[in-house]
Amino acid sequence: MSTFAHAVHDSRTMLRRNLKHAIRYPSVGLGAAMMPILMLVLFVYAFGGSIGAGMGGRDAYIGYLTPGIVVMGVAAGSMSTSIAVCNDMTEGIINRFRTMNITRSSFLTGHVIGSVIQTMLCCVPVVGVALAVGFRSAAGPLEWLAAAGLLAAIAFAVTWLSVALGLISKTVESASNKPLLIQFLPFLGSAFVPAGSMAPGLRWFAENQPFTPMIETLRGLLCGTEIGDDGWISLAWCAGIALIGYLWSRSLFNSDTKR
Amino acid sequence: MPSSVMPTPRKVGGARPPAAVSAFGLRKSYGDKTVLDGIDLRIPAGTVFALLGPNGAGKTTTVQILSTLVAADGGQAQVAGHDIATAPDGVRAAIGVTGQFAALDDLLTAEENLLLMADLLRLDRREGRSRTRELLERFGIADVARKRAATFSGGMRRRLDLAMTLVGDPQVIFLDEPTTGLDPRSRRTMWDMVRELVAGGTTVFLTTQYLEEADQLADRIAVLDDGRIVAEGTADELKARIPGSHVRLRFTDSAEYERAASVFPGAARDDDELALRVAGDGGLDALRSLLDRLDAAGVRAAGFSVHTPDLDDVFLALTGQGTAGSGAPLHLEENR
Repeated sequence: MSTFAHAVHDSRTMLRRNLKHAIRYPSVGLGAAMMPILMLVLFVYAFGGSIGAGMGGRDAYIGYLTPGIVVMGVAAGSMSTSIAVCNDMTEGIINRFRTMNITRSSFLTGHVIGSVIQTMLCCVPVVGVALAVGFRSAAGPLEWLAAAGLLAAIAFAVTWLSVALGLISKTVESASNKPLLIQFLPFLGSAFVPAGSMAPGLRWFAENQPFTPMIETLRGLLCGTEIGDDGWISLAWCAGIALIGYLWSRSLFNSDTKR
Repeated sequence: MPSSVMPTPRKVGGARPPAAVSAFGLRKSYGDKTVLDGIDLRIPAGTVFALLGPNGAGKTTTVQILSTLVAADGGQAQVAGHDIATAPDGVRAAIGVTGQFAALDDLLTAEENLLLMADLLRLDRREGRSRTRELLERFGIADVARKRAATFSGGMRRRLDLAMTLVGDPQVIFLDEPTTGLDPRSRRTMWDMVRELVAGGTTVFLTTQYLEEADQLADRIAVLDDGRIVAEGTADELKARIPGSHVRLRFTDSAEYERAASVFPGAARDDDELALRVAGDGGLDALRSLLDRLDAAGVRAAGFSVHTPDLDDVFLALTGQGTAGSGAPLHLEENR
């Protein structure tokens, strides 16, 4: 087998291991789906009447809210990778992998691909609940496909960042705290209310942070609003975050073990 | 080790077994703390080598360096013919490591853990399955093969851990404190497994803080203290190197003490206690002749005690830990 074939083989083995974990312990995955669903229900039924008043009512607000909730769910779901990575790093198993003649990066790629698959699956019930509470989309198959692609790109990027955060965490507890910041970020974007309605300083932040163009792009794909440059900006953000996360993770993982 | 079983190094022939592990001047420090201060080793293929030392002596660091987990700051080492610095993948393909803490996947079953290893070793499916079955049987965990590793007792975890190490049939196995924390029964089971491995021609590099373990298993023992090897040899050689086997004669009368001292001019004197330490091999004949000589000289001793050394004495004397009966730490030159 060539080096590349080895890498693929080892990554697949690691991926199988991670998927087995996810199936066996679905609580993490279910948690990742539950959070956005609860937020969706909360914002639709508790706040929707009042927030939606300026947008044409609760039903119109569901249309505005759903893309934001889905992006937030993807970001939150991807961040759970850091817990899994940190868990492996603090258990002895990582040292076993490191003393075996396997492609080093396969451990990381196995986690990343596993997490992206898991996160994408978590989107299904979220969108399902959105449809159940009244979300209606005019999107055709092509738009849905593009939406799935965008979400996969977001999941991929955030997961790499999450892997790095998992690698720098000394304990699983701290690994589960670090991602909170990123999970919170969509709130300070256009997920729940238009950025234009925010106070000036926050508004600048909301308009220029990565999740806003991503949410706007998804909104455009699913609800037919104007996408403009947001599509390219989103993909650029995804590429940038993925690259930084990947390089950071790789350098952390290849440095000497200290524990 | 019993010599009835001829070790058969796998890849080599020739009269003198080549070194499975050799190291020269290994150094490692973390910050200001020097953990390894120039370690030299040569372990012939097919033998068991024990690195014996107290906590913090650098045993684990040595294993980490030789198993390519951690890079050395200085020195060179070869494992199974591959340089640890320039050909780490070659080393990794030839070794198995069982660390101090069981390195298994708690969420997977015992069988899945072994199959995971088989996959990572790129064994084909059928081979992986048969190897897994064989190891489950051999390590007495076949009946719990479908249970998650998280539910296993300490002894079972270690067995599964070792079984995982053996999936790839490694030439050299590193066992870092394999029985620490195990009950006596599990410890004996582990020892039997190590003996079996060596009978099959595997080289075993063992670290332990239990002298009995080194005595039981190892062909050669190196005593590591504070990052240096302070002695190396067989268990018997090490025991012979400290003046452990002796008879201690006590006297109440100083004139009697002086007379005894002239009967045994080679004895070590303890003038404060009026005690003589007469070296001997600890055997009955030596004891009888000692008493005969005392009798012939008409010397009466107030008391006597026979002291036989074990590896504990060696360990305590060499590592300067605690207060062994033999007093101040001995400084023995290393001989190979």
